[in-house]
Amino acid sequence: MTLLLNGAPHEIAGKTLAEALSELGYADRIVATAVNGDFVPVRRRAETALNEGDRVEVVAPMQGG
Amino acid sequence: MASFYGFEPTNPLFLGTARYPSPAILAEAVKRSGAEVVTVSLRRESGGEGAGQAFWGLIRELGVKVLPNTAGCHTVKEAVTTAQMAREVFGTDWIKLEVIGEDDTLQPDVVGLIEAARILSDDGFQVFPYTTEDIVVAGRLVDAGCEVLMPWGAPIGSGRGLNNPYGLRTLRRHFPGIPLVVDAGIGLPSHAAQAMELGYDGILLNTAVARAGDPVAMAEAFALAIRAGRLAFEAQPIEARDMAAPSTPVMGKAFLA
Repeated sequence: MTLLLNGAPHEIAGKTLAEALSELGYADRIVATAVNGDFVPVRRRAETALNEGDRVEVVAPMQGG
Repeated sequence: MASFYGFEPTNPLFLGTARYPSPAILAEAVKRSGAEVVTVSLRRESGGEGAGQAFWGLIRELGVKVLPNTAGCHTVKEAVTTAQMAREVFGTDWIKLEVIGEDDTLQPDVVGLIEAARILSDDGFQVFPYTTEDIVVAGRLVDAGCEVLMPWGAPIGSGRGLNNPYGLRTLRRHFPGIPLVVDAGIGLPSHAAQAMELGYDGILLNTAVARAGDPVAMAEAFALAIRAGRLAFEAQPIEARDMAAPSTPVMGKAFLA
């Protein structure tokens, strides 16, 4: 299916958020996630099913003021 | 020293981590400033690069507390979701809550700010709201659960100092028991000293240090100014007056006319 990952389309085979993150190279990364604007905590990634066209945001620590 | 949700820093400088010439200079500036808290943020990360992981490693090595922000959020929903993500990534209930209402001045949307502050406080967050010097808004934020208030000095990154010293002074007088931090708009150490002389409990700044010609030296200059301002406040400054008052005693002066 096609996801909108951080604003750009990505083809993935995985069915859940956990699978998609692993496939996209985020394994072992310290990141937080949201699907369609809602926060998805780490403990719920494996049970969070993804659908065609879902907007997935993956963020990491960054400099800030 | 004031207590920020139970944390009592010796040095009440909250230092931002953005816009430094290099990570090494950032690290050196934090050390030289003596800051015990730094602000951090969240941004999109691709699977390949890992820039955020390196930054987070650097901050953890510094051994300081982090205050994540919701910079760039324009709606309650965005700010709340960002705060939730920050809590998980940074492992802290602290959140510097920004809900921006207007892009020219980056002025807080105080209506959205109050709503987001209530949602987050109810969810166990310890909220540091970036607000204006408006006393009524400040009261609503306290009602919403905020135990710290962070009024702006001037628009973010402007370096203009305290645009409304009267407003900041009245806010201080009105909320004698709430820790107050001037957040944003500070350009010079003298601005920070001025805020501390008014009885403020801390200063949050970023650009004034990060974009200085020598950020490390400027970090130390701010630390000194904040300490001087606090000492001056505790020493109870004299009231300003319109006319001169001779400091040298007049009595006993020789009559030589």
